[in-house]
Amino acid sequence: MSDAIAIRNLSLRIGGANILDSVNLRLNAGEITGLIGRSGSGKSMTALAMMGLAPGAAEISGEIIIDGENVLAMRERARCDLRGRKIAMVFQEPMTALNPLQTIGAQVAETFLAHEKISRAEAFGKSKTALGRAGLPPEEISPERRPHELSGGQRQRAGIAIAIAMKPGVLIADEPTTALDVTTQAEILGLLKTLAKEDGSALLLITHDLAVVSSVADRIAVLKEGRIVADESADDFYSAAPTSLAREFMPARVKRDGARPASPKTALAADNLSCDYVNARRSVFVEPAVFRAVKNVSFKIAKGETLGLVGESGCGKSTLARALLGLHPIAEGTAAIGGEIFPAKDKAAMRRLRRKIQIVFQDPYSSFNPRQRIADILAEPFHLFDEPMTAAQKRERAAALMESVGLGADALDKYPHAFSGGQRQRIAIARALATDPEVIVLDEATSALDIASRNHILELLQSLQAARGLSLLFITHDLSVIRDIADRVMVMNEGRILESGETDRIFESPQTDYTRRLIAAAPVIEWRESAGDMNG
Amino acid sequence: MSALAASLKSDKGLTAGASFVALFALMALISFVWTHHDVAAIDVDARLSGPSLKHWLGTNHLGRDVFSMIMVGARVSIAVAVFAVGIGLLIGVPLGLLAAGTRGIIEDIVMRMSDVIFAFPALILAILITAVYGPGAINAVIAIGVFNIPVFARLTRGAALPIWTRGYVMSAKTAGKNGFRISLEHVLPNILPVLIVQATVQLSLAVLAEAALSYVGIGAQPPAPSWGRMLAESQTMVSFAPWLAIFPGLAIFLFVFGLNLLGDGLRRRLDPHRIVGAM
Repeated sequence: MSDAIAIRNLSLRIGGANILDSVNLRLNAGEITGLIGRSGSGKSMTALAMMGLAPGAAEISGEIIIDGENVLAMRERARCDLRGRKIAMVFQEPMTALNPLQTIGAQVAETFLAHEKISRAEAFGKSKTALGRAGLPPEEISPERRPHELSGGQRQRAGIAIAIAMKPGVLIADEPTTALDVTTQAEILGLLKTLAKEDGSALLLITHDLAVVSSVADRIAVLKEGRIVADESADDFYSAAPTSLAREFMPARVKRDGARPASPKTALAADNLSCDYVNARRSVFVEPAVFRAVKNVSFKIAKGETLGLVGESGCGKSTLARALLGLHPIAEGTAAIGGEIFPAKDKAAMRRLRRKIQIVFQDPYSSFNPRQRIADILAEPFHLFDEPMTAAQKRERAAALMESVGLGADALDKYPHAFSGGQRQRIAIARALATDPEVIVLDEATSALDIASRNHILELLQSLQAARGLSLLFITHDLSVIRDIADRVMVMNEGRILESGETDRIFESPQTDYTRRLIAAAPVIEWRESAGDMNG
Repeated sequence: MSALAASLKSDKGLTAGASFVALFALMALISFVWTHHDVAAIDVDARLSGPSLKHWLGTNHLGRDVFSMIMVGARVSIAVAVFAVGIGLLIGVPLGLLAAGTRGIIEDIVMRMSDVIFAFPALILAILITAVYGPGAINAVIAIGVFNIPVFARLTRGAALPIWTRGYVMSAKTAGKNGFRISLEHVLPNILPVLIVQATVQLSLAVLAEAALSYVGIGAQPPAPSWGRMLAESQTMVSFAPWLAIFPGLAIFLFVFGLNLLGDGLRRRLDPHRIVGAM
């Protein structure tokens, strides 16, 4: 097989820090290579260097050869000609990769106009073909739509249409499905595979999750701290039981400690709960449209229990979480914490109830005020205690909280930007623990983390739960997390709970088509010989 | 502050802007204890003399020293600009925070009031104030200050709205903090860079506005020297005593230029992607 692109001894330094260290990687035409690495391992920088888009401050050495030419030695004009025509990229976040002001048809046409001497009308005609190939047939999804008129999956398809427009020999997809739901993820991966095979392109699929690439990749390369530590065929990589290297990129089966006896005490209960979303007024004279995001939801979480709430984005799960925390008004029905109706009417009761329920959010980057030190961040909920605390008491308690999530007290004087995503989620958990709550709501709390950090957070949550008798409401679209951690699962779609039950029961005999589709779409690592028990 | 010092070295525009502004501020300060000549002294013999060793930037039709007048005039320019922008910040920022924090009817009222002030011609308001209270620097401060209120109210609201959707604001709510404390502890510190940059831009606009008001005679009153009025007085003599127009004009230009460079430099320095839609 011929090389579509060859990276030889690529090293990259920024400000004295080694980002990439003698990376060697060849991509063959028509082959799909999975490039696996944790966040910060240099995956994205490799992709950018291949596109000739490494930041100006980077010192680069080595060679990146496409069609006998070294990208690194090219002038910018030549690189512009190369990009889009011979090498193209699909980005992680389709919302920011597309121009919100242009129609998707125009954005695909742009690629043709940049590389071919054709008229605007011809380019639009060709862009329809490209969009059709990417699964956006013009007769169903008009090329005149703008990105905000598309769903997340459709936006990613538009991004793919732009990348494959010129049938480039090399296609790079940098975490193309991380921002998407499981069902959409499966479709997008299938699409990328089909397109790469049809065009005979070399596809580089960059991800932190081994499960994502296992069904599509022909070869697996692992990047660790800027070095390639494994590069072999997928059959070899998946042949035997997982090596310790592979385990770093797999969702660990964090075993639930058997069937726990259900506590008779109810920590959190929702009874016929409904929530409305009021759209922005279109005019002063028109009543704003009201959308019922949560419809008659009832459930109970026992003390010490973990309830998983699964559903695709837009199903109402985050609105439900906010309603339970008093962050979103309840339209009908009630929520109760420890038997008391929440939100409470009088202030003292409200403070007492707020202490009992806390939340950890998805995005570890926007969860903290970047201008506050960790000590102040952790001290914020102390405000809910009836007796004011002295500065020394606050600090002592903050230090104890940091210890309980496995971070040192020396971190208290640092600012959030000094911590990695996984560490920040630990701090978020510490903040949620600050008032000794009975219930913690985890709203996609592990979705933004790489697999290794995710595994650590899940372990931490389980040990905290065992030690403190916490009840957890774990909201996610990631079924493997739910399967690991939840005692019971609720499946939510379009604001309603479709079904709920014991985790194993739901996974083994789902009652609704929707649940069956969700489970079928979840990526599973296919171990070539010893398949079976590792599937998660 | 050491980070600021380091960035001063690396950013030439910021250095130049800060130097110009510091130079004029220094000049205004020195003028309290020393001026080259007594600024009020009338020397009829030396009237309308060009720049010389005795009168560095020449004299006007009464023989007053232009350099000394520019030094003292800097006080008026700076004081009017600082107080006017101060009024805008002190009233506009809380209004903007209130609008973003409460939404609904209060937000509508604040924003529509801003629209009304924006639509009202500044000069008319200044003339109105002068008509009622008589001319003077204080009136200039009020007139310019009033027009700074909606600028800061809008900017603050616009910058604060996305902060209200951040995770840390949600957390603060679950910690039972009320809107007032969230605005103060979480929203304000995070929109401060935008406000600082806008404040420098508004300062330069206020200097120009003060010069314009003085030029039409409703700013600082004689004998207190003011750059704008120096320009106005030079108007009939510019053909035979050009220095009378050139130097005050140059002072206004350099000071405003310096403020703009400073504003741009600060914009670059203070987290570039946080500065959005500065007006």
